[in-house]
Amino acid sequence: MQRSLARAAAALTLFAATACSGASHQAAAQDAPAPARADNGRRPHTAADVAFMSGMILHHAQAVVIAGWAPGHGASPAVQRLSERIVVGQQDEIAILRRWLVDRGEPVPAADSSAHTMHHATDMPGMLSPEELAQLDGARGPAFDRLFLTLMIAHHRGALVMVDRLFGAQGAGQDQTVFRIASDVHADQSTEIGRMQQMLASLPPEGQGP
Amino acid sequence: MTFVTKTLSLGVALVSLAGCASSRSAPADADLTPEEPQVDPRVGLRAGLMDAAEATWNMRVVSRTPPEAPFSRNTNSDLAFTGHYVIQGNYSGFQIWDVTDPAQPVLTKAYICPASQSDPSVYKNLLFVSAEDLAARLDCGTQGVPDTVSAERLRGIRIFDISDIADPKYVGNVQTCRGSHTHTVVEDPNDSANVYVYISGSGRVRSPSEVAGCSLLQPEQDSGSALFRIEVIKVPLAHPEQAAIVSSPRIFEGLTAPATHGEAPQDVAEAAQMAAAARAAGWFTATEDGLEVVLTREFTAPLLDSIVAARQGTGTPTGADSAALQAALPGIFAAMYPAPSLRPDGTLPGPSQCHDITVYPAIGLAGGACAGYGLLLDIRDVAHPKRIGAVADSNFSYWHSATFNNDGTKLLFSDEWGGGGAAKCRATDKPEWGADAIFTLAENRMEFRSYYKLPAPQTAQEVCVAHNGSLIPVPGRDVMVQAWYEGGLSVFDWTDAAHPREIAFFDRGPVDSTKLSTGGSWSGYWYNGHIYSSEEARGLDVLELTPNALLSQNEIDAAKSVQLEYLNVQGQPRIVWPASFALPRAYLDQLARSGGYAPERIFAARNSLVLAEGQAGTARQETLKRLADRLTAEAAAAADPAKVRLAAAAVTALASAEP
Repeated sequence: MQRSLARAAAALTLFAATACSGASHQAAAQDAPAPARADNGRRPHTAADVAFMSGMILHHAQAVVIAGWAPGHGASPAVQRLSERIVVGQQDEIAILRRWLVDRGEPVPAADSSAHTMHHATDMPGMLSPEELAQLDGARGPAFDRLFLTLMIAHHRGALVMVDRLFGAQGAGQDQTVFRIASDVHADQSTEIGRMQQMLASLPPEGQGP
Repeated sequence: MTFVTKTLSLGVALVSLAGCASSRSAPADADLTPEEPQVDPRVGLRAGLMDAAEATWNMRVVSRTPPEAPFSRNTNSDLAFTGHYVIQGNYSGFQIWDVTDPAQPVLTKAYICPASQSDPSVYKNLLFVSAEDLAARLDCGTQGVPDTVSAERLRGIRIFDISDIADPKYVGNVQTCRGSHTHTVVEDPNDSANVYVYISGSGRVRSPSEVAGCSLLQPEQDSGSALFRIEVIKVPLAHPEQAAIVSSPRIFEGLTAPATHGEAPQDVAEAAQMAAAARAAGWFTATEDGLEVVLTREFTAPLLDSIVAARQGTGTPTGADSAALQAALPGIFAAMYPAPSLRPDGTLPGPSQCHDITVYPAIGLAGGACAGYGLLLDIRDVAHPKRIGAVADSNFSYWHSATFNNDGTKLLFSDEWGGGGAAKCRATDKPEWGADAIFTLAENRMEFRSYYKLPAPQTAQEVCVAHNGSLIPVPGRDVMVQAWYEGGLSVFDWTDAAHPREIAFFDRGPVDSTKLSTGGSWSGYWYNGHIYSSEEARGLDVLELTPNALLSQNEIDAAKSVQLEYLNVQGQPRIVWPASFALPRAYLDQLARSGGYAPERIFAARNSLVLAEGQAGTARQETLKRLADRLTAEAAAAADPAKVRLAAAAVTALASAEP
């Protein structure tokens, strides 16, 4: 499940490039009159912030897609409950991420499961490859549970890597909304990883089932 | 409200039986509360930053004070109280309000010192403020810290001397490896020279080049790991600048709690009832997570077919086939969902941090809301808290905060699903998600009883989830006020842990009807007679309770009689009610409401109190003593002897108080 860091770095560069006008938008944001309502002490944002926020939309989008498979793939009640919350939680976060980009005049990636989107997005850490997606889509019942939890743990770990990269980038995370969202992603997904590890540990040994 | 819907929502294996759908728009038990609004007025409130429509029930807004720049452009956070001042955190610093007249809070000091979340606490002349974000500076500058490693960054605790509250002096700070998302001031009854602060840090571990010794390795790789621990800071009161970390307790070590707590007894009973009805109607049932569930035909039909095939039969399954399947189902479920296997060392992976810890030094306990777990800590050795209990809940996303009842017999945890930036009270969001979980506490064991969630649906444009609240010192009851961001304030009674019930509320429309914005109540806390609400976007709101069928004027007066010198809600003081006429009257009102004492005896007792109130000196004392004796003598025969004795004790205390 180890992913190529170089590939992921390339993906971030790609997003930074699509969001190339970060600097000019910063100026616009600062020149504009203060919004009626606070935007959390807006400080200049950087290309790394934009890359994180738009990258996370696509990252979340894939989680929403595969979590949405749980009911139709014979997942256990526990995995269904987890999946349902992932769907609702990450869809909500996508809306917040989009809003941040819109408010700053940054390009907003389409959070859909189209082949085009998924093709770009599979380069991010933790993203499922087309082969893994197909394998998961073909699994049913306890086999789905096992594969889903395994892949979703890796997917969540990828999100933690994205947060780490963001906070490791010069000038990044100074915008308090970015900091808060990234911190929430970190807190929620590391908590969920723990929960999924427990669920994985409680699955019957492979090859056994009802 | 039943929570059978939770079981039904599990999906696959379940079918919905009639009458189980819960309507979120109708208040629970609407038919039992004549004064409860039939159509919840919180639905459909007009949006607006400073002119949103408001709805109140059983409470009244005393004042609304908007913030001033630069605080108006940033998020207000938590509250602390000292004397007649309210200290309100803000991502730009903190504001000190003089609330001598709660109808007109006066800004005494606005101190600019940016950091999220700027949660404040007070102790004597000291003010502590949390800092966790990357842009927080040692020098309180507003320019941020762009460098990834910088000596100018402060993530941890700032310490101010507020001896002159209008002119706080920044006297020191303590850097921590994960910053301070929240913190808890802990007083050690055996150590008057120092005060302690528990730091809950959830941020990314800092570089060892920025703060020496910080390590993000796992504890098994590096015993100095900054993960899986909290920090305890010791602050010498005479030299707060010498504050330093004295221990980093690994309170999560060896955690073996299951991923779920048990189901509430009434849910188990309701589910069993439903299952019995379903079996009678020809459905199959099984037990999952301690609850009986009804299985869908899609699930059972193939199993039934395989039983028919196993006896080499064909066609429709017989009654014997059905009986065989019902008998085999427990085994099938046990194979599907065995007990979790443990790590080689016998533990499960636990949380790596706490979000917040509420201490109750008077009983030597703390409730730790720690990511995936709710923990019970023994804090009698303040510098070395020890975990003595843990619960988890697959309905909980992120354990956020804890509140004990005053007797220390209950513990309420809240779940900040969505991190406080999302709308989680929509009609489609489940009542057990983003809610409070109420546990009873006996001999250090936590027993789950029920969930409580804001009972009015909010729009998708309103940030809403369980957030910070405090006890309201109504004697003889467990009443609490809680902030739900743009869901407003909800005051509820959780005396009956299995049936929490809303008794008052305040709500505003969304900040913006077109999009989700930062706003709503971060904290709703009772302090010395009023409810103070820190509105993220709209400033400081002050409210008061108004008497109603569910809460009498005497109960409110008795609550107001409790006057504290200071309050940090995460450091719960034991509430003690001073002698007053309101106190026995409050108990009598409760007895009248519950039927716990004969109406004519309550009438007589009230008359005695009126008589005593008009008397002075020994005459008053004699009247009160006679009343106390009468109550004590009659308690045993009353329906609620314990409360009649509380009333008797309150009258006795009044008799011996100065008139």
